[in-house]
Amino acid sequence: MIDTFAALAHGMAVAVQPMNLLYALIGVFLGTAVGVLPGIGPALTVALLLPVTYKLDPGGSLIMFAGIYYGGMYGGSTTAILINTPGESASMATALEGNKMAKAGRGGPALATSAIGSFVAGTIATIGLAFLAPWLVDFAVRFGPEDYFALMCVAFVTVSATFGDSPIRGLTSLFIGLTLGLVGIDKLTGQARLAFGVPELLDGVEVTTLAVGLFAVGEALYVASRRHHTEEKLEPVRGSLWMTKEDWKRSWKPWLRGTMFGFPIGALPAGGAEIPTFLSYSTEKRLTKHPEEFGKGAIEGVAGPEAANNASAAGTLVPLLTLGLPTSATAAMMLAGFQQYGLNPGPLLFAERPDLVWGLIASLFIANCMLLVLNLPLVGLWVRLLAIPQPWLYAGILVFATMGTIAAKPSVVELSMLAGFGVLGFLMRRFDFPIAPVVVGLILGPIAESQLRRALAISLGDPMTLLQSPISATLLGVALIALLAPFVLKGLGRFKANED
Amino acid sequence: MFQFPARLAGAAVALTLAAATPAFAQQLELKLMAPAAPGGGWDQTARSMQQALVASGVARSVQVTNVPGAGGSVGIAQFVNGAKGDGNQMMVNGFVMVGALAMNKSPVTLEQVTPIARLTEEIQVIVVPANSPIKTAQDLAAAVKADIAKVTFAGGSAGGVDHVMAALFAGAVGADAKKINYIPFSGGGESLAAILGGKVTAGISGLSEYEGQIKSGKLRAIGVTSEKRIAGSDIPTFKEQGIDLVIANWRSVVAPPGITPEQKKTLSDAVEKMVKSDAWKEILKQKGWEDAYLGGDAFADFLKKETVRVTDVLKSVGLVKS
Repeated sequence: MIDTFAALAHGMAVAVQPMNLLYALIGVFLGTAVGVLPGIGPALTVALLLPVTYKLDPGGSLIMFAGIYYGGMYGGSTTAILINTPGESASMATALEGNKMAKAGRGGPALATSAIGSFVAGTIATIGLAFLAPWLVDFAVRFGPEDYFALMCVAFVTVSATFGDSPIRGLTSLFIGLTLGLVGIDKLTGQARLAFGVPELLDGVEVTTLAVGLFAVGEALYVASRRHHTEEKLEPVRGSLWMTKEDWKRSWKPWLRGTMFGFPIGALPAGGAEIPTFLSYSTEKRLTKHPEEFGKGAIEGVAGPEAANNASAAGTLVPLLTLGLPTSATAAMMLAGFQQYGLNPGPLLFAERPDLVWGLIASLFIANCMLLVLNLPLVGLWVRLLAIPQPWLYAGILVFATMGTIAAKPSVVELSMLAGFGVLGFLMRRFDFPIAPVVVGLILGPIAESQLRRALAISLGDPMTLLQSPISATLLGVALIALLAPFVLKGLGRFKANED
Repeated sequence: MFQFPARLAGAAVALTLAAATPAFAQQLELKLMAPAAPGGGWDQTARSMQQALVASGVARSVQVTNVPGAGGSVGIAQFVNGAKGDGNQMMVNGFVMVGALAMNKSPVTLEQVTPIARLTEEIQVIVVPANSPIKTAQDLAAAVKADIAKVTFAGGSAGGVDHVMAALFAGAVGADAKKINYIPFSGGGESLAAILGGKVTAGISGLSEYEGQIKSGKLRAIGVTSEKRIAGSDIPTFKEQGIDLVIANWRSVVAPPGITPEQKKTLSDAVEKMVKSDAWKEILKQKGWEDAYLGGDAFADFLKKETVRVTDVLKSVGLVKS
């Protein structure tokens, strides 16, 4: 413990060198900017910068990459809240309540709670990274395919129970997503499924294309179709631009809970940033004292997922630094960054290059502070976007969504899919189906499928393997309870009512 | 304004490259396609070529484009159709594309492109967890022969070099390659976790990917796939241990179909010059890639043989229906 403090202090000394501060600043600025554009994510940015930075000092450029990574997580939430266009899939849960808040004139507090929540979560998670990394990684490695499958089951159950007014509608949406998740080359046998001979479909449906299509394009079409019915009143600002005392009171617990989901799941080699955001959203919806506000703009639904996605970003650095195991696209690019200096992240890195590792960890703290300073003053500027007349705003969103999609994958097929998903999103809105479960299905379905099949391949087809692992058995138990509890409670309630 | 970061990065790339260009640079302006997303092996190869071609003065400018999708199937289709006869375009490819094209029943094949040169290769390794009872390649061979289904191999995507290698290993030790229990993971990261956690018997990957774990003693390397033992390494080759398994994950560069012999010569010469430049050698050292330069007809021959070998293996494990 003392050693860790000494090492961290040493790292701080490395990180506050003026050049390194400058690299961190460039990093967070670039990261925020690319996080805003759907399609261009932090991974692509780091890839583009790699050849430029190879002549720089390794510490400086890695600090910059970490800044981009954290910055991307911040930037993604801005568009999610303001124009319902998640910059990356981890910001999707934020869009659900955040955009409703923005429409109700509470965009300011929504942006503020997401920025401060990201800061709080990022800071706690970075502390976790510094102190728990060696312990956590031992735990993460013990997670086998059957355990991941059980984790997905928990996510499916909580998510399908959370979204939408009726479980049937939620499940319908989820199954649309699961079906879309089947498209492409089957990871385990290499055979194409539902690709209809279109080579672009072989890699499956891109999550950002689906999310942007359903959320942004679908929304634009819907608004356009309602224009002559009732004009939806958009208030750019109602009440305070900043968080009120009440907002703070309702935000701090979700921030902490979001961090608790984000950090450990982010540290799992196949955990990712999306699952913790959904779990956090479902949890907040259950625990809230204002259930009537969910779906209409509840601040808890922004605070939790935002904290979760930033905490998961720190989590992914745990396996990266201690095992050399990249668990997200951006982490993979950072690994390439390490390798271009002849450094191999892994158990030896902490011993061989402590200045570099601890300098990087310390600069994460600094990047976090910079992001807060950079983002809070911008809140006032951002919410003015909402004052733009609706037709212009939505036209802008369409241009913006199309541009982002083309930037990520320049192909006609991709653009047609965007349009197709836009129409699907419109129809689902029109007939009251929740859209979030579609994206959840697309993200989690393929993971759940391949993990289950891997588990069965390892056990030679014996399904008991799912119950023999203690982690898996526990998680499946949690899923089962979460599934049955509402019915049991309802039954008990009726029983009591009968007694009276 | 939202395009800003990408443009800024682009401008920065252009700036550094311009600054590094010696005055005697030729007027060669190349377009180089990486048929994969940014960040992967092919993309890194393409961007390294860009760096070396410009820094050594072989080309005045090199533009890298990414066309991701289906192990390169999308990229090569676009390349063959769109760049036909264009003597200023090249595409990076490698081992994985051979299998991907066969499995995806791609209408476009590697026979259609004009081979230029093989550039690099990575030696493959089989590892087991440090506490595994398997100590040598012969131990693993014995386990495979005893009950092939119980030996689980973790590695990269189905039909990729790791998968082919698992099948070749089984075949080389006299087991039925059709029955291998190969568990594909996306990327080395996930499979590494499964191996460290003792979920699978053995793991297959490029040597560099597991090097840190091997050095730290968490994984035991039981054999590498090179012809001869790597200088300074204490990991034995499979050949030394009496198993005929030689394979490498190679990467190469090809030109479009329908270019003139002169155009082909210009490109081949440019690549040859680049390979000999200090800039390229420096990059190879940084990335830990083995120089495996093979130009001209020798490479065309190699490509043909490798295509036959890979396709046969994929047919034997049932990934390609004959």
